[in-house]
Amino acid sequence: MVEWTKKHILEIKDLTRQEMEVVFNLASSFKEVSQREVKKTPALRGKTVVNLFFENSTRTRTSFELAAKRLSADVLNFSSSTSSISKGESVVDTIKNLESYHPDILIIRIDTSACLKNFLNYTKASIINAGDGKNEHPTQALLDMFTVKEVKGKLENLNVLIVGDIMHSRVCRSNIFGFQKFSSKVRVCGPPAFIPFEFEKLGVDVFYDLDKAIEEVDVIIMLRIQRERQNLAYFSTLREYVENFSLTPQRLKRAKRDCIVMHPGPVNWDVEISSTLKDELHPLILKQVENGLAIRMAVLYLVGAEKRERKTLRK
Amino acid sequence: MPPIFKEKTKILLEEDIKRTLYRLANEILESSFSLPEVVLLGIQTRGVYIAKRIRDIIKGIKGIELPLGTLDITFYRDDLTVIGPKPLVKETNIDFDINDKEAILIDDVLFTGRTIRAALDEIMDFGRPKRVQLLVLIDRGHRELPIRADFVGKNIPTSISEMVEVRLKEVDGKEEVVILEPIN
Repeated sequence: MVEWTKKHILEIKDLTRQEMEVVFNLASSFKEVSQREVKKTPALRGKTVVNLFFENSTRTRTSFELAAKRLSADVLNFSSSTSSISKGESVVDTIKNLESYHPDILIIRIDTSACLKNFLNYTKASIINAGDGKNEHPTQALLDMFTVKEVKGKLENLNVLIVGDIMHSRVCRSNIFGFQKFSSKVRVCGPPAFIPFEFEKLGVDVFYDLDKAIEEVDVIIMLRIQRERQNLAYFSTLREYVENFSLTPQRLKRAKRDCIVMHPGPVNWDVEISSTLKDELHPLILKQVENGLAIRMAVLYLVGAEKRERKTLRK
Repeated sequence: MPPIFKEKTKILLEEDIKRTLYRLANEILESSFSLPEVVLLGIQTRGVYIAKRIRDIIKGIKGIELPLGTLDITFYRDDLTVIGPKPLVKETNIDFDINDKEAILIDDVLFTGRTIRAALDEIMDFGRPKRVQLLVLIDRGHRELPIRADFVGKNIPTSISEMVEVRLKEVDGKEEVVILEPIN
């Protein structure tokens, strides 16, 4: 009998392969719930879930919000502009304030890397990481892996290629940790300035030439170029990036014949992926969105339905 | 320390189970509703196998294969925060319209009635059947909710500390119904 003991979902690094499989199995069940006439189950009835987003996000937040609502939880959305948290203390104060409402789950997105563990001292609630700086975005990796599992029927022994702004990408890091736990190999590819040296220590193969990187891969994850976030000094021109790192039909031919392409969305067509591939690739990218909802229902259910007596302040 | 159980008595053997299910299938046929409107809903895990057998018996007699759906009631339990999340959830699959149908909900053992309460809630999320009836192989008493079965294979008086286990070939490799009693 599998038992779930995790109170928080902070990093894929923390999760075992078996725990990820539990999440995937539950996600399949929750996908079925979303196809019913009444798309809701009472599993988290009476629980309070707070979406605490210190960084702008619409899609992840709405996905979590809908996931919580489909589990019958009450959802509070709290957003604050990035500027207000530059003073580290106010984040803690915000969490302390929210604690007065006795929330059961805090879903946190924040621009500071790997800071969530510190917040466990200030809340009795479970914390789910919805993206912490450049560190991790566990539910995105879980939904990517779940999508691969659905399409390929397995997660083991695959060649996975992640392309784009590797350095700023928490999605990339979470996927590396996740796929490696299933004995799959991960390659990363992007402009040299986007791949810090530490990545080689993570056991991934680093490529700077997409034509070479793409050979024999089963799965490609194209990352979004976050034009709004980063300093454009890292690459000379967008045109040059597109020239070298955009996924085109010619390049895709070099991958395995049954290779699948994913993207965390929203896609900048003709930047990360050539729009001539849109008809072919968009359906799976939209399926990722559907799977994201099911994965988030699964993790909310697992941390939200935990036993009452385990709810003690971690001190 | 969780209690350890040992077998106290065998209540039904393979032949008894077969005969009981045959009788239950016939009771369904004898009841007043029209067969084309009947749908079977088995509760995971053993209720599903009992439902499949009932379906096959009815098919053998009447030549009609009734639609069969499966229900996993985990997300509808009222004790999730007491027992913790159940990470193993089996398939819920009702791929037919249940609106205005005569649904027969099927489980192996009827005990507190809480599983049935959860199953009824789940069924209502799929639609509005004209009627829902309950079929169980064993009714062991000790209800905690006002629920009763319409078709009962066997009533067995038990003490609350005992367990009733229905063992079926498909899951357990053998066919029997036993009462277990705690030894500590």
